[in-house]
Amino acid sequence: MTTEETAAPIVPDMGADYSDRKIAFVCSKGSLDMAYPALVMASGALEQGIETHIFFTFWGMDMINKKTMGNLHFSPVGNPATHMPAALAPLPGMQAIATKQMKAKLEELKIPDVPSFLEHLSDMGCHLWACKMSVDMFDLEEDDMTDLLDGVLNVSDFMDLIDGAQTMLI
Amino acid sequence: MPVTTIADKQVHVDEEGFLTEFDEWDKDLAQALATNIGIDDLTDEHWKVIEFLRSDYQEQGETATLRRVSTVGGIPTKTLFQLFPKKPARKMSYISGLQKPAGCI
Repeated sequence: MTTEETAAPIVPDMGADYSDRKIAFVCSKGSLDMAYPALVMASGALEQGIETHIFFTFWGMDMINKKTMGNLHFSPVGNPATHMPAALAPLPGMQAIATKQMKAKLEELKIPDVPSFLEHLSDMGCHLWACKMSVDMFDLEEDDMTDLLDGVLNVSDFMDLIDGAQTMLI
Repeated sequence: MPVTTIADKQVHVDEEGFLTEFDEWDKDLAQALATNIGIDDLTDEHWKVIEFLRSDYQEQGETATLRRVSTVGGIPTKTLFQLFPKKPARKMSYISGLQKPAGCI
């Protein structure tokens, strides 16, 4: 009797059903170009089944403030990466032009605006938290912030929450 | 490209195991692929996603991202996570015989 050896099929590794991998982003900036890195990375993490938290603090509150979240700006001032002559960057209207260009490019790539992006993340199971001190500092009420928030946390509760998480400050 | 045998059929796959030839896929293979990654029964809802991905690929030449499946395909993101738990983008592409999405969102 002969035995025929067959190679096992090549199947992608989809990971274990349970993983304790956890990631947290602290968003402390309210400009358009500083909002997207966390949003995109959070989306990638969620897509890979990783528990994901975003904590909004200081100017990052603009990303969840109903009044500002749909209208973040990008400023070329003090940003050498724009390759714009430093003297031109502060000219009147330059921020509006730079913002418009960045938004147009994002739209062309079908990347959602900040409010829709947060909704997308929330649908994927992302946890969104507002910083208690920032809420007090900017005199915000619950109604002023997106309904997608999981809650308002002080920093010690946030520390408990991210126990074991990879954490990034943006 | 490696060749692997799934449901008695020889198919071309990349190093991870995603099918590389659009025409080597058929519905029977889809069920076998699904079983390989722990989805034992493909429901009508699964098929709706698979059919969208296959036809969108033919039009666009690339695998739709989760967001595209929800905004263009009309299947809510939450549903995708229920149908293809944990790693929906990879799982739905694999079962549909496509490469995993290249886009970030």
